[in-house]
Amino acid sequence: MSTIDHALAHEAPHGTLREYLIGFGLSVVLTAIPFWLVMSGALASKQATGFIIMGFAVVQIVVHMIYFLHMNAKSDEGWTMVALVFTLILVVIALAGSLWIMHHLNTNMMPGMMQVP
Amino acid sequence: MTRMLTAAEVEAVAFHDLHEHEHAAGGSTMLGFWIYLMSDCLIFAVLFAMYGVLGASYAGGPTPKELFDLNLVAVNTSMLLLSSITYGFAMLEARRHRVAAAQVWLAITGLFGLAFLGIELFEFHHLILEGAGPQRSAFLSSFFALVGTHGLHVSVGIIWLATLMVQVGKHGVVPANYRRLNCLSLFWHFLDVVWIGVFTIVYLLSTLR
Repeated sequence: MSTIDHALAHEAPHGTLREYLIGFGLSVVLTAIPFWLVMSGALASKQATGFIIMGFAVVQIVVHMIYFLHMNAKSDEGWTMVALVFTLILVVIALAGSLWIMHHLNTNMMPGMMQVP
Repeated sequence: MTRMLTAAEVEAVAFHDLHEHEHAAGGSTMLGFWIYLMSDCLIFAVLFAMYGVLGASYAGGPTPKELFDLNLVAVNTSMLLLSSITYGFAMLEARRHRVAAAQVWLAITGLFGLAFLGIELFEFHHLILEGAGPQRSAFLSSFFALVGTHGLHVSVGIIWLATLMVQVGKHGVVPANYRRLNCLSLFWHFLDVVWIGVFTIVYLLSTLR
């Protein structure tokens, strides 16, 4: 083991060539399919296309987390995972809350609505 | 029965405790940097939320379908993806102390990063010339704020990358430099993760609408 391995073995999870190549291959596929779906209009339903490309994005984010960011539940005694989960909760609250509230404001407070008895 | 500790013993225990938890230099850097990235994640979450709320408010101006060139976005996305894998190669070489090879991969990563920025600036310039600048509509304001913030991060990443190349050239891959490379690795891959959200929500979903 080199000095770097000794110094960082416990703190820095790292990838292998194989992992990087798998991550890259998956990312290329997971990027190409959504672009193709939207650019070719392969699916008649726009709503279905939307849900599918959102699904691809979520899968690709997980792939990047595992193969490029080397996330796991053990690094730094699990604290990186705790920080990630906490952040995800905040992100979901911020995103879902904003969209939900602003959507209701948009539909319920259109001009002219106040005059209705 | 537990006996009461004398004042001297309490002090001795506290004194001992203080020095027990000392860590090697940089021992907590990776966790600290990860927490910074998570706070950055919240900045992007707010910008995404803003785009989600305002993304359809065109104010009678141009719509995403008229403005966005998905071919260009696809090229841009591949630039960022390629820079991610080349940074991975640089890390693998740095681990093996192959300084020259690591430097070459870092330089290639930087070039892909610059290509990404160049294409993005070209797109922004083109939009502003068409009269679709950030002041045109709420949709365009939130678009420029979100994509611009991401571009700013990539610019900072490139400056950091150049700085590290000088450091590695001067001192080699010493533990401190390896730790810095590792932090930039997280930063760089994190920006790629954010870009997945950008191309899906801003470019693809908006074009569908």
